[in-house]
Amino acid sequence: MNPPPAGRASWATAGRLVLERDLRLAFRRSGQLVQPLAFFAVITLLFPLALTPELARLREVAPGVLWIAALLSSLLALEFLFRDDAHDGTLEQFVLSGQSLTLLLFAKTVAHWMLTGLPLAVMAPVVGVALGVPLQALPGILAALALGTVTLSLVGAIGAGLTLGVKRGGVLLSLLTLPLAVPILVFGARATELAIKGADYAGPMYLLAALAVLGLTLAPLAAAAAVRIGLE
Amino acid sequence: MLAVRNFHVFRGDRHVLRGVSFDLAAGCCLQVTGVNGAGKTTLLRALCGLVDVEEGSLLWRGAAIERSASAFHAELGYLGHDAPLKADLTGRENVRYAVGLRRPLAAATVVRGLERVGAGAFADRPVRSLSAGQRRRIAFAALWLCGVPLWILDEPNTNLDTQGQALVAGLIEEQLAAGGLVVAAVHQELDLPPGRRVDLVIPGGR
Repeated sequence: MNPPPAGRASWATAGRLVLERDLRLAFRRSGQLVQPLAFFAVITLLFPLALTPELARLREVAPGVLWIAALLSSLLALEFLFRDDAHDGTLEQFVLSGQSLTLLLFAKTVAHWMLTGLPLAVMAPVVGVALGVPLQALPGILAALALGTVTLSLVGAIGAGLTLGVKRGGVLLSLLTLPLAVPILVFGARATELAIKGADYAGPMYLLAALAVLGLTLAPLAAAAAVRIGLE
Repeated sequence: MLAVRNFHVFRGDRHVLRGVSFDLAAGCCLQVTGVNGAGKTTLLRALCGLVDVEEGSLLWRGAAIERSASAFHAELGYLGHDAPLKADLTGRENVRYAVGLRRPLAAATVVRGLERVGAGAFADRPVRSLSAGQRRRIAFAALWLCGVPLWILDEPNTNLDTQGQALVAGLIEEQLAAGGLVVAAVHQELDLPPGRRVDLVIPGGR
């Protein structure tokens, strides 16, 4: 009994399957999903306790607090991006699948963003209120974080690929990724600050969007090259 | 169909493969033997392009293959020491996602694959609850369903019971009869007709 004759799966099918698989896996292990979110909430909610309960002063530090917390919890989540797949041989099978590794890793990165960056952005307005952020600034904050975390996930994928071969690579991963994340932090915090003041925040948003486009076009290629090196 | 010329591979500063060469025709199995640490796995991984080859060339259907050549990868299936399965997914889901990357796959086809390796009874249990032998069977279902002409197997009989070993022997024979190729690193010799088997011994002990 020979296997049924095979055709080639299209790249769109392959990408969709990787995305679907990662989402399904994440919901089977929801602990990993909640961790970065809880971390984000804890950091931001500690500030009113440690600094001052005065909303006017909290509002001034809110952009910095939100973005540093978002950056740190994204870094925390990055470690899981490729680690399990490298460990159980799935990444090797990706390399040998005959599909573009760039595409498959991009699908993984999209899934990762949907599971970490997007929930972070959705949660930000909630914790924003605790920091005295006015209601009309919340949509702007959500948009800036959603856009910024896309780039964070993409840049993080390069670092995660490069640290595949390193045991306990978490610290190294953070050190590699942080410098590349600085522009996102700067423009993101600026957009948030302007939104809180009720000013026009389009300028820094365009810059965040430009970074996201740069990340979308170049980071998957770099991540694929990094994973090939990391798997050796 | 598959030819390797003068492969030299280093792992760190250890010179593992020193000029390995072989030719493999369609319908033949290359049986790679050697002591532990001789470099059997390294050779298989170098064939897949997972390990950098310092010197030498790989020919597939008469054409030289560059590392990371996706057209070549689409024609090979690699099964290493550990079954490449996700512990949190069921066997059926694992097969669907692994094989679906390579070829269009109907649910009925997945069932056929799982039944072919006798995994029908435990296909809907999470892989983490399966024994090593059961995992291996599921990995073989995925390999079989890929329908690729070149199989690269690292100790295919590991963890399998007697029936499982017979099953693997049957799969290999079928693959060869259909004009496919198998490269297998083994400790116990495969029971194949002499005309179908090519032996390669990697000298080891360094």
